[in-house]
Amino acid sequence: MKRSLSFLSCLVLSVVGLSAQIAAASGLGDSERGRELFVECSGCHAIGMGAEERVEIGPHLNLLFGRTAASLDNYRYSDSLTRAGANGLEWQADTLDAYIKNPYSIASGTRMSFKGVSDGQQRDDLIAYLRLFSDDPADFPEAAPTANPSFVALTPEILAVVGDAEYGEYLSAECKTCHQTSGESNGIPSIIWWPEGKFVSAMHAYKEKLRPNQVMQLVASRLSNDEIAALAAYFEIIEE
Amino acid sequence: MKLNRRSFLSTAIAASVLPAPIVHASNHGRPIVVVVGGGAGGATVARYIANDSNGEISVILVEPTRKYYTCFFSNLYLGGFKEIDDIGHTYGNLAGNYGVNVVHDWAVGVDRTAKQVSLAGGSALTYDKLILSPGIDFLEDSVEGWSLSAQNRMPHAYKAGSQTQLLRAQLNSMPEGGVFALVAPPNPFRCPPGPYERISMVAHHLKENNPTAKIIVADPKEKFSKQSLFEQGWNRHYPGMVDRYGPDFGGDKVSVDPEAMTLTIDGETTKVDVCNVIPAQKAGHIAELAGVTDGNWAPVNAVDMSTKVDPDVYVLGDASKQGDMPKSAFSANSQAKVCANAVRGALTDSRVFPAKFSNTCWSLIETNDGVKVGATYEATDEKIAKVDGFISSTDETPDIRKATYEESEGWYAGISADMFG
Repeated sequence: MKRSLSFLSCLVLSVVGLSAQIAAASGLGDSERGRELFVECSGCHAIGMGAEERVEIGPHLNLLFGRTAASLDNYRYSDSLTRAGANGLEWQADTLDAYIKNPYSIASGTRMSFKGVSDGQQRDDLIAYLRLFSDDPADFPEAAPTANPSFVALTPEILAVVGDAEYGEYLSAECKTCHQTSGESNGIPSIIWWPEGKFVSAMHAYKEKLRPNQVMQLVASRLSNDEIAALAAYFEIIEE
Repeated sequence: MKLNRRSFLSTAIAASVLPAPIVHASNHGRPIVVVVGGGAGGATVARYIANDSNGEISVILVEPTRKYYTCFFSNLYLGGFKEIDDIGHTYGNLAGNYGVNVVHDWAVGVDRTAKQVSLAGGSALTYDKLILSPGIDFLEDSVEGWSLSAQNRMPHAYKAGSQTQLLRAQLNSMPEGGVFALVAPPNPFRCPPGPYERISMVAHHLKENNPTAKIIVADPKEKFSKQSLFEQGWNRHYPGMVDRYGPDFGGDKVSVDPEAMTLTIDGETTKVDVCNVIPAQKAGHIAELAGVTDGNWAPVNAVDMSTKVDPDVYVLGDASKQGDMPKSAFSANSQAKVCANAVRGALTDSRVFPAKFSNTCWSLIETNDGVKVGATYEATDEKIAKVDGFISSTDETPDIRKATYEESEGWYAGISADMFG
């Protein structure tokens, strides 16, 4: 099973150009407990609104998932972590899990002077919390952890569909009953300005019931490939 | 715009013989859409037409209240999860950001020949398209002994606002070990899970503040929405507190005495401390005055929500008889978008897309114990027909139930922004 999922995701990666991988490690952590645990991290790391602007001891952790290690322009990393990034280290559930467990196992000269978290559940919780501040799949309340596959195998035909943004605007009215165009999210995530490819793959994942929310599965179930593309085209450029 | 001989003549006569009506909109030749009712259907359709037409259509919204209290989440106010201001909204954004002409008045008549809506304040509004979204009114004598004049002693609290505040005040001042009675309405009615979520919220309040109190429910229906979920929840969270009398036990043979504060079920009279009577319902009265109802509701065409009797008059939401969709805010909001697209297409040359409808209803049973039911719908020649649906299951984990509740909070914020801007 794992092999076939990895195969699917590789297929998507190659076609959509998304850099994600299936992580081996964790189950679904509790982001609430993660929030409490993160207090210890917050001495050095900023996260959430305005974190990008803040000068801290460590780099900010917004949009961490999918980020290449040591890749923020405004932060001076250790040579060790910079090298790891250059060699292709990317932050995902599995690499974060290993790094939080023992930072030196990943980058022996890292500036993150932290002994690590030995408790696997606590790491899962922290990762679930970090994930709230990352891109898709971000804060879907019922979504499986980042460690689970969130992409489906999209055929070249599906990917070739050019979305009719005007039709997308009409269809989007259904989305806007719950998803706010201001980008506010409150139990229901923001879906504005998503890259088209991510939007399309997420909707197909709901359509194939790989993502678990019942409302979204139902909404996606009756959308054609053209309609998904139309919505993706619209939401990518939606005005606030 | 179609003009037949009769309407042309009557317009001409009106113009030449009668004093000219005071017309609110300075429309500069733009087509005029008048929307009556500023709830989930009316506010949404006004906002979408005004916004999407980029000023090509003049939109007038007639709504008597300056602050609108949503029925959805009003049960959560009864349970103490919300305060009254959390469910109150004003029309300032629709006026200021979208150019909707918001008229705070009652629509008291519709002349479909002259294409005019008359207002209680004495003026009249001319329309090219009229969209009625008036919600519900109550059927007289549906519960023996109850009438609107008794709604201060036995509130319905099924139009949110002062009635809801009254019911909460009565709930709060119940004596220790007292009895809260709820008379549930027959089908069809606004918000099918509403009475049962209300029972849950009242039970939540009583469990915390008055744990020996009881809840009696008289219900003329054998079955109700999300029944297994609610009944499981009552047993789980509020064991022994809720007694429901369905039609097997006389729940359809009910009378009340508001003076004596008694409820009689199948001949057996009980003294109660609070009696929440939710009467049988019909379309908001203006739909009847407009002559677009058949029986209690206004039949509409599924493709655009236009009435069966007049292609220039549309009815949205609870007041409409459309087919399979439940009478809910979500449904009204969904219908409003289809209607807005069709009306805009008819008045300007904008594209018209196929009708698609959906509905989801979330209910709260106890803190962080949320459930939901949803469906998709399409337009057929006869009606809005259900395509597919789902419902929460009775064996979900607490995590899922909590996420469902949080999702409902997100929905409330979303639909409020979608209605009021």
